[in-house]
Amino acid sequence: MKYIDEFRDPAKARALTEEIRRLAPRIPASHRRPLQIMEVCGGHTHTIFRYGIHDMLPDEVEYVHGPGCPVCVLPMGRVDDCVALAERPEVIFTTFGDAIRVPGSRKSLLKAKAQGADVRMVYSPLDALALARKHPDREVIFFGLGFETTMPSTAMTLIQARAQGIRNFSLFCNHITIIPTIKAMLDSPDLRLDGFLGPGHVSMVIGTRPYGFIARNYGKPITIAGFEPLDVLQSTYLVLKQLADGRCEVENQYGRVVPPDGNQRALAAIAEVFELREFFEWRGLGSIDHSGVRIRAAYADFDAERKFPVPSVSIADPRSCQCGEVLKGVIKPHQCKVFGTACTPETPLGSLMVSSEGACAAYYSYGGRTAPKLVPE
Amino acid sequence: MSARLRDTHINLSHGAGGRSMRALIAEVFVDTFGHVQPDDSAILPLGELAARGDRLAFTTDSFVMDPLFVPGADVGGLAVAGTVNDLAMAGARPLFLSCGMVLEEGLPIATLRRVAASMRAMADRAGVAVVTGDTKVVERGAADKLFVNTAGIGVVPDGIHLSAGNARPGDAVIVSGTLGEHGVAVLIARNQLALEADVGSDCQPLAELVSAMLQACPAIRCLRDATRGGVATVLNEFASASGVGIRIRERDLPIKETVRGVCEILGLDPLYLANEGKLVAIVPPADADRVLAAMRAEPAGGDAAIIGEVTREPASMVTMQTSFGGQRIVDMLAGDQLPRIC
Repeated sequence: MKYIDEFRDPAKARALTEEIRRLAPRIPASHRRPLQIMEVCGGHTHTIFRYGIHDMLPDEVEYVHGPGCPVCVLPMGRVDDCVALAERPEVIFTTFGDAIRVPGSRKSLLKAKAQGADVRMVYSPLDALALARKHPDREVIFFGLGFETTMPSTAMTLIQARAQGIRNFSLFCNHITIIPTIKAMLDSPDLRLDGFLGPGHVSMVIGTRPYGFIARNYGKPITIAGFEPLDVLQSTYLVLKQLADGRCEVENQYGRVVPPDGNQRALAAIAEVFELREFFEWRGLGSIDHSGVRIRAAYADFDAERKFPVPSVSIADPRSCQCGEVLKGVIKPHQCKVFGTACTPETPLGSLMVSSEGACAAYYSYGGRTAPKLVPE
Repeated sequence: MSARLRDTHINLSHGAGGRSMRALIAEVFVDTFGHVQPDDSAILPLGELAARGDRLAFTTDSFVMDPLFVPGADVGGLAVAGTVNDLAMAGARPLFLSCGMVLEEGLPIATLRRVAASMRAMADRAGVAVVTGDTKVVERGAADKLFVNTAGIGVVPDGIHLSAGNARPGDAVIVSGTLGEHGVAVLIARNQLALEADVGSDCQPLAELVSAMLQACPAIRCLRDATRGGVATVLNEFASASGVGIRIRERDLPIKETVRGVCEILGLDPLYLANEGKLVAIVPPADADRVLAAMRAEPAGGDAAIIGEVTREPASMVTMQTSFGGQRIVDMLAGDQLPRIC
């Protein structure tokens, strides 16, 4: 398949793996082994497991699966808010598919739906807006979540809704921003990372410049990476090359999609509709300053949190759940106390097990159930 | 007895046991199916059955489909092929089917006729007869348009012993053709994705194919049609029932380009997509090539391929050598495949 197979060429993959094998020993011993590279984005986690890339790296290099799955970092209290909104009789609650199974403190949206709530899966916020037009007698709420990747389409939908004078549509805004989150992780005392694969889709919107502080202030290399397996492998090579050369810079492997300044129209739409919250609570990571956005006053009519009473009770993560340590790369998913026992994709305790992009779900289904290495050929 | 069916839509009287119901059954089902026996039970000739083998296979399945018609399939054809294939996977020659229908008030009778005609066509293709049936009508909203249940009886020839628990290390893993077409056809037909692709369902009976395979090798270990949950689910069932590992190679999986394309766009994995006319077989290594050749000579097995082997370790687990050069586990899904957010 054109534009797909070129990025999955096994011969090129072998050549890159060889390069990585040759490079790894040249990295100064001041970097503890195994070298840890964090892929910030859940899409990368998915690629790594789906194509078995973790299995192709030498033992001295490993991936740490970062916080970039928006479904995974959603705290339980917010899921409870979703359920409360969805259970209002006048409401049609619309959501992306992978948020539907995330457990709240009492139930998930899937269970609320089974008990009578009108919960519908949509593929785009525009589908939700279309539902609002189709059902003028109902209140349609869109569960907006995701990083800067999904923020522009939500923003554009609100701009459209206002322009069209639609009164029965609102957004339950759970959008989050990546930069404060990376910064909070870099400030965390138990973090131990050698470099980053930067999130390709987010960067398509925000560009490469906002990552400068990672190299400048924290001395860590970062390569913005695409999502095909060769992208991930090449970006891994580029991060290791920086380490071997003693450089730390922001490099852009995904230049075919990511411009240095990002997408100005998308950024303008975000700025038109959203403003930073003082703080936002993350599952596993706790409260992080300026890491979430809310709807500006000009769009208050479309804000589900202003339009409806929302319980907004903060619920502590289950005590046995170690999602936070996994998110920071302190432990591997299978080292969590409840991994694969109390917490499985069928009965997820922590949200890292829920979404297919969650590190734990990926580990569970793609090969790390007990240990990351499979039987050799 | 001569009441004519004049209605255009199903109403509650079509399930009430009186003239309307008799007219519906006579005109839509008895006439179409051709072999329905007039009494409450169909009577089957034991002698003829016994001549074909030494055991009966008996199965049932219910069919709900939204929409009722997709390119290449509809709920009627599926209801026949599905049950025929369940019998065939036991190594049985499928012979007789029942048909139970739950109809929603308001269903156009033209729709029902179309479904019944498609059942007859599929039954003829599979060499089976629908010999008995039942119809119920429920109020609008109590069912979604039309639900079909079929049960089927077939005869297992002497010496055929298929079971998911029979796989042994060294055996070959064979699929009968390209994967995922039914799943993609239904996704596209639901029309929620603003996506167009020229993919039809692969709905077809597999009894002839199985019969040719068993002729080539009566010692085939396991057979299963890869319906809901796809090939990945069937392989996991084999691995755990037999306590063996199964290793497949991604590059050997037969998948049409259009199906791959749809999967790429939606982030779906073709290994988990439903098929309605494909089977997975575990075959002793010495017979693998012979079985493969026999399959490829059949219309339902033209694209058959050996996709991997049974291994001793890791027990009860399916692994895949990716085309890219890595390895991964192919696990069972917890629920549906959910489209990813970004």
